[in-house]
Amino acid sequence: MSVYNSLDSITEELHKCMKCGNCQAVCPIYKETHQEVGVARGKISLVEYILSGEMDMTEGMAERFSLCTTCMACNTNCPCGVRFDKIILAARAEAVRKKGLHAVKKIAFTALKMQRVFDFGMKAGSIFQGVALKHIPNRHSKLARMRVDIGIGTEKVFPMLSKKTLRSEFPEVIKVKNPKMRVGFFTGCMINYFYTDIGRAIIEVLTENDIEVVIPRFQACCGIPASVNGDVGSARTLAKRNLRAFERMGADALVVACSSGGTAWKHVFGELLENDPELKLLADKWAKKSYDISEFLIHQVPFKKEGLGRVARKVTYHDPCHLIRGQGISKEPREILRSIPGVELIEMKEAGRCCGMAGSFSLVHPDLSVQISDRKTSDIAQTHTDTVATGCPACRLQLQSGIENAGIDEEVLHTIQILAESYRAGKKERKGSN
Amino acid sequence: MLAREVLDELVKMLGSENVLTEQEDLLTYAYDATAAMKHHKPDVVVSPLSTEQVAEVVKIAIRYHVPIYPRGSGTNLSGGTIPTEGGIVLSMLNLNKILEVDQDNLTATVQPGVIIQTLNDEAAKLGLLYPPDPGTVTTATMGGSVSECSGGLRGLKYGVTKHYIMGLQLVLANGEIIRWGGKTVKNVTGYDLVALFTGAEGTLGIITEIIVKLIPAPEARKSILAVFDDVDKAGRAIAAIIRNKIIPATLEIMDNVTIQTVEHFVHAGLPLDAQAVLLCEVDGYKEVVEREAVLVEKILQEEGAVQVKIAKDDQERDLLWLARRSALPALAQKRPTTVLEDATVPRSKIPDMLKAIRRIAEKNNLQIATFGHAGDGNLHPTILTDERDLEEMKRVHLAVDEIFQVAISLGGTLSGEHGIGIAKMKYLDWEFGEAGVAVLRRIKEALDPSYILNPGKIVRRD
Repeated sequence: MSVYNSLDSITEELHKCMKCGNCQAVCPIYKETHQEVGVARGKISLVEYILSGEMDMTEGMAERFSLCTTCMACNTNCPCGVRFDKIILAARAEAVRKKGLHAVKKIAFTALKMQRVFDFGMKAGSIFQGVALKHIPNRHSKLARMRVDIGIGTEKVFPMLSKKTLRSEFPEVIKVKNPKMRVGFFTGCMINYFYTDIGRAIIEVLTENDIEVVIPRFQACCGIPASVNGDVGSARTLAKRNLRAFERMGADALVVACSSGGTAWKHVFGELLENDPELKLLADKWAKKSYDISEFLIHQVPFKKEGLGRVARKVTYHDPCHLIRGQGISKEPREILRSIPGVELIEMKEAGRCCGMAGSFSLVHPDLSVQISDRKTSDIAQTHTDTVATGCPACRLQLQSGIENAGIDEEVLHTIQILAESYRAGKKERKGSN
Repeated sequence: MLAREVLDELVKMLGSENVLTEQEDLLTYAYDATAAMKHHKPDVVVSPLSTEQVAEVVKIAIRYHVPIYPRGSGTNLSGGTIPTEGGIVLSMLNLNKILEVDQDNLTATVQPGVIIQTLNDEAAKLGLLYPPDPGTVTTATMGGSVSECSGGLRGLKYGVTKHYIMGLQLVLANGEIIRWGGKTVKNVTGYDLVALFTGAEGTLGIITEIIVKLIPAPEARKSILAVFDDVDKAGRAIAAIIRNKIIPATLEIMDNVTIQTVEHFVHAGLPLDAQAVLLCEVDGYKEVVEREAVLVEKILQEEGAVQVKIAKDDQERDLLWLARRSALPALAQKRPTTVLEDATVPRSKIPDMLKAIRRIAEKNNLQIATFGHAGDGNLHPTILTDERDLEEMKRVHLAVDEIFQVAISLGGTLSGEHGIGIAKMKYLDWEFGEAGVAVLRRIKEALDPSYILNPGKIVRRD
């Protein structure tokens, strides 16, 4: 039984918890609030009170369950192997069943489901964003702050919406001479609407490695923002649409450059659709051939080392939670960075600690999100690097915001953007020597 | 329920952001890390930001006759922080500053909400060490570990928390603030209240500042693992190491049940039929460590170990420690409820104690794994059970009673490092007799006549 269907599904998971409190040592929220309800042990107790009937699922309970970035750090520090990520998802889904979805989230997730409306809104947004957002001069990228506080503060720095979405920039199939395989690219929303530069880098690196890239036009949001907030219905609709879109186009493998998207394809779609035999089969089939881009380039391709040009960067790498703990990927991006001539990799303290973004968490708890982010920013500052690499566009946004507000001169990039830069530099070097 | 005025006064004093009153928050302070304990929800949770605020909270509590339950991270194993009579939970977590590390006097001054590991990280930057290292070192607070006088793996050579507490600032049950002790090594001025309040489990006063002793961090360390086919041989090996005037920093033991569980969990390469594994670490100057390691190896072989491994580098050391580190996690994953005791005996009685525990397990038809700090006689008989199984829980309680009886009969004590709290209160007269328990009560009543501070712990009110 999946965690999305019933609270009973996690009874055994709850019983594993011996209340030792080891989760306190690693929880990014508890570190800031020092309140028991912030940490896994506190929320596990609340779920237990609900299951035993001593407490009802109240609005207050739902609010407490929103206090989790789902960073999974407690999972890895738990001596009893409690999968708290499952517990929190089940608790949130139960909260939505009992108390309904928060009004704002309801509108947001409905929009995500209606692709054309969403596309139109984003397009309109890219034209009118100047009304709400104030452009910040930055030599690395187009950034902006909210002009008025709509409840999330005006401190947060956002990337500007791209004039053209990634998916409208490219044909559905990007052909190469003598393709060695055909790969589906799941872009995810952030790369499609905001960080099209990451998307272009992915396509550049894949085609450079003689891989035909397919970007199904009808792919949708991964649904993670909905499923982590308990809106299981919306998440299911999106999962189905994505599976059908990729199945229609067909591919030898699927790559993702976003850690939430990767988790969705590898784990979540199958769990959401477990009661639909036909789609479950499809979800399992695609889960087996879904890869994070760094994992794919290292283990499946492996990517071309010849032709890599010099990139003079001092780089520190931030591990996205859903990459290092959600998918067990931390060596691969570092291996890519180390293979680039001229790149010096300098590790920051606790590279795997959550940046505090956690999707809509940063909107619901803006202050807390910034506090968590400040620790990360200070760890980055101590590395004295000029570039932060990471494997997730959401982390990129948060890291950029923190760095901008701290006034540090540091560029935040997806790992693959640096690899693409190196291929480009290689071509230039060859041209120069010819 | 608390009177409205109490809440109003607390909010006025501390600000509403430091006063929790909603059910959803209060419920998360109804328990601590102790297994199979009844939950009790407090009426309010407050987080003071200064010693003065702590004193004011105490004065409010006196005025309205409301009990106060001081709390750090809530990781203790004696029910010590459970608010059995409701009232105020006093969270010390916002008092979390390291005030000073004094290299000349080798001391550190900290607030009670500092996490032990945080202090150690600061001390390590100066090549210093705060030796007490309970299993909860990364989560437990200094205030909590001083109040429980926690021990850990280094007890044999370095002692326990009480050997490192030089001075305290306290808020008494009447709301007055006192300081006792300080940075001097020598201090015989008046009764030794620092010793009294260390390990008092928050029943006599509230600790608001702590001066601890630091030591130079040892330069080198070396680990040795030995496997025995007989518990008595392991016991004789422990005695032989000490008799040869080697005091290892740690000397740990695991019994057969633990070995089997751990081996299935992490595949550390331990023989499944081994009756005991000893894990020893010597530390100090490089030259001394080299000499002692070789000597320990020789002694272990002479005492009949079937296998002795000595770690050549840090990587091998980690491998040797993997089994010991995994003991509790491995055991905890076997059954839903893990009852972890800490009955302690003179180290010469370890084989007797291990055998007695095995008899008790068989008699009550329970799974009991034992591991622990053999060097200081502090064992952790760990009962693997399921608190939903009421019939089995009856046998668990019987077994716990018997374990304590044996420990006391061997010249040991009820608790080596977890404290009395609620969990072991009823056994106190086994160790002290009625007259001894009466002394505890007279001390409690002299310092806290109205039972305001952590009532229902250690001393039962008549």
